[in-house]
Amino acid sequence: MSASPVRTTLVKLLFGAAGMFLFAVFVMPPLYDLFCEVTGIGGKTAGPYQVTEAGVDTTRTVKVQFIATNNGAMPWDFSPKVHEVVVHPGAPTEVAFYAKNRTSRDMVAQAIPSLTPFNATEYFHKTECFCFNQQPLEAGKETDMPLVFIVDKDLPRSVKTITLSYTLFDVTGRTTDATDSSNYKEPFALLN
Amino acid sequence: MAHGPAKGIGRWLFTTNHKDIGTLYLWFSFAMFLLGGFFAMVIRAELFEPGMQIIKPEFFNQMTTMHGLVMVFGAIMPAFVGLANWMIPMMIGAPDMALPRMNNLSFWILPFAFALLASTLFMEGGAPNFGWTFYAPLSTTYAPDTVNYFIFGVHIMGASSIMGSINIIATVLNMRAPGMTLMKMPMFVWTWLITAFLLIAVMPVLAGAVTMMLMDINFGTSFFSAAGGGDPVLFQHVFWFFGHPEVYIIILPAFGVISHIVPTFSRKPLFGYSSMVYATASIAFLSFIVWAHHMFLVGMPIGGELYFMYATMLIAVPTAAKIFNWISTMFRGSMTFETPMLFAIAFIILFTIGGFTGLMMAIAPSDIQYHDSYFIVAHFHYVMVAGAVFSGTAAVYYWLPKWCGKMYDETMGKVQFWVSFVGFNIAFFPQHFLGLAGMPRRYADYALQFSDWNMISSVGAFIYGAAQLLFMFNVIRTIRSGTPVSEPKTWEGAEGLEWTLATPVPYHTFATPPEVK
Repeated sequence: MSASPVRTTLVKLLFGAAGMFLFAVFVMPPLYDLFCEVTGIGGKTAGPYQVTEAGVDTTRTVKVQFIATNNGAMPWDFSPKVHEVVVHPGAPTEVAFYAKNRTSRDMVAQAIPSLTPFNATEYFHKTECFCFNQQPLEAGKETDMPLVFIVDKDLPRSVKTITLSYTLFDVTGRTTDATDSSNYKEPFALLN
Repeated sequence: MAHGPAKGIGRWLFTTNHKDIGTLYLWFSFAMFLLGGFFAMVIRAELFEPGMQIIKPEFFNQMTTMHGLVMVFGAIMPAFVGLANWMIPMMIGAPDMALPRMNNLSFWILPFAFALLASTLFMEGGAPNFGWTFYAPLSTTYAPDTVNYFIFGVHIMGASSIMGSINIIATVLNMRAPGMTLMKMPMFVWTWLITAFLLIAVMPVLAGAVTMMLMDINFGTSFFSAAGGGDPVLFQHVFWFFGHPEVYIIILPAFGVISHIVPTFSRKPLFGYSSMVYATASIAFLSFIVWAHHMFLVGMPIGGELYFMYATMLIAVPTAAKIFNWISTMFRGSMTFETPMLFAIAFIILFTIGGFTGLMMAIAPSDIQYHDSYFIVAHFHYVMVAGAVFSGTAAVYYWLPKWCGKMYDETMGKVQFWVSFVGFNIAFFPQHFLGLAGMPRRYADYALQFSDWNMISSVGAFIYGAAQLLFMFNVIRTIRSGTPVSEPKTWEGAEGLEWTLATPVPYHTFATPPEVK
């Protein structure tokens, strides 16, 4: 009974345990993110969209509904200016969300989108969105925040209604610069 | 070479003897069992009547969280590690564990982990209050500052578990007596070998989850924060990727214990040994691919729900194979019903009930009703308490005479069994009704229509709790003044290398390995 087979087992298992730790921290989050992006399950819409082909499908219409929610104790007024629009796939449409900082301090907000049904996620393109950046707003000020979107012509015909929800988070004092769809850049940027 | 244990406290602090370390683990886990049990008594006392009587809701949340954490990580897991330390070397004919110094370390960091965790009860902001599953963002954005103590506590207990597991695998793979092939190993050794692999695979994932929490809380990352582009649902995936194998980590060694006790008191060899081994391995494999059945309500696509539903139900197949094997072992055996056997039979019956309610919850559409209700509380107490704790109790009664050379009081053991059995069922069976009627878990108060069953449940919990004090009394009394026994086999039907040793077991055993036919 020499010590070396025991040592071999020990080393292998230590590497196994360390590997599982690295898997949990460095592989599982990006893998989850990738899975959600591919399937659209998370309802997270993508970043700025470059229009590649013009043309409007006038044969059908899609109803797009807007929901605005405040996260936790976020004290702003936050609501869509119009609650729903009916659009033709392919046509760029501009809407706006209203926000007012009701507090007496300057604040920064970040809106996080979520879209249902999830099989419409990859067909909903935003060329301009307030959610691409953090929104600073001085005390007591109000603003209209723009959103320009195009519903893709390839949207499954079964989808008649798309609901786009924004949740507004208070990120005042957070140094990180969040952008949607690039979820895990910051955790790793910090580690590198 | 024959020398006994060192004298004084140094024996326990510096020991590398597997029997001493096993004893330390068992006493530590019993202390944690009493602590977690005390928390449970506080919870049931508050729920005795509707309205707030004894404690504040904030403290109630701390009690449910601490009860779960202490029982899972402090009581049940160390209890089975203790049994593994005591029994595995003796069962495979090895003189000690393969890595005795690491064994000492893996035990002695454990009290520090739980001291960190328990100390939060006395700190400003109170103990962790986010439930034992510590879902983000409740455990990150909204957590009390003491969450950092909790995180480091989990890191330490995780390190302890990993070291313990490495030790068990290294022992089993390298130190078996000549002639003992893998398929001749006792079932307890097999279940622990598989459990140890599960632990090495998932305890680092738990460490990863709490590390990500730590970074979200203190270093501005956004793994689980939607505001920064992360996703709270990711936490649930990571947690349950650990959490589901964890429940098998708890129950597989219990299966092993039962696979020893049932043949002994049926005076027949275990029925279907190799199918038991393969069933255990299948359960372990399946445990990695079913985690999201804990998350049917997060908004999964229908395909995901169906997959996790069917995969979960598949686990019932190898589990049922084990149940039927135990029943077949008893079938036409010449059975006697000493205390360990009573606990083992109760284990089989009550674990099967818990397994069936598990199947009910595996059905995704009906889980919508059961989710986060008292039905799930009843379910996991049937598998954790009537499963793991009953099996641990059975193991202590079964091996205690061998360990210390003294017989426990059989009458007191039987009284403890019946009081435990009745108390347990009074406490937890009504919780099925409460859950089906819509009572949610984790609340300090409830609607009036739930009053009667809650009162009954609390009475049952107090009865069950009292029976554990009787258990402690019986064990201490046995060690101090039990009737001495000296024959190698405490039980006439017992088989295995550990029963070839002298009683009480000498401090050093199998210095020369036995020959296994």
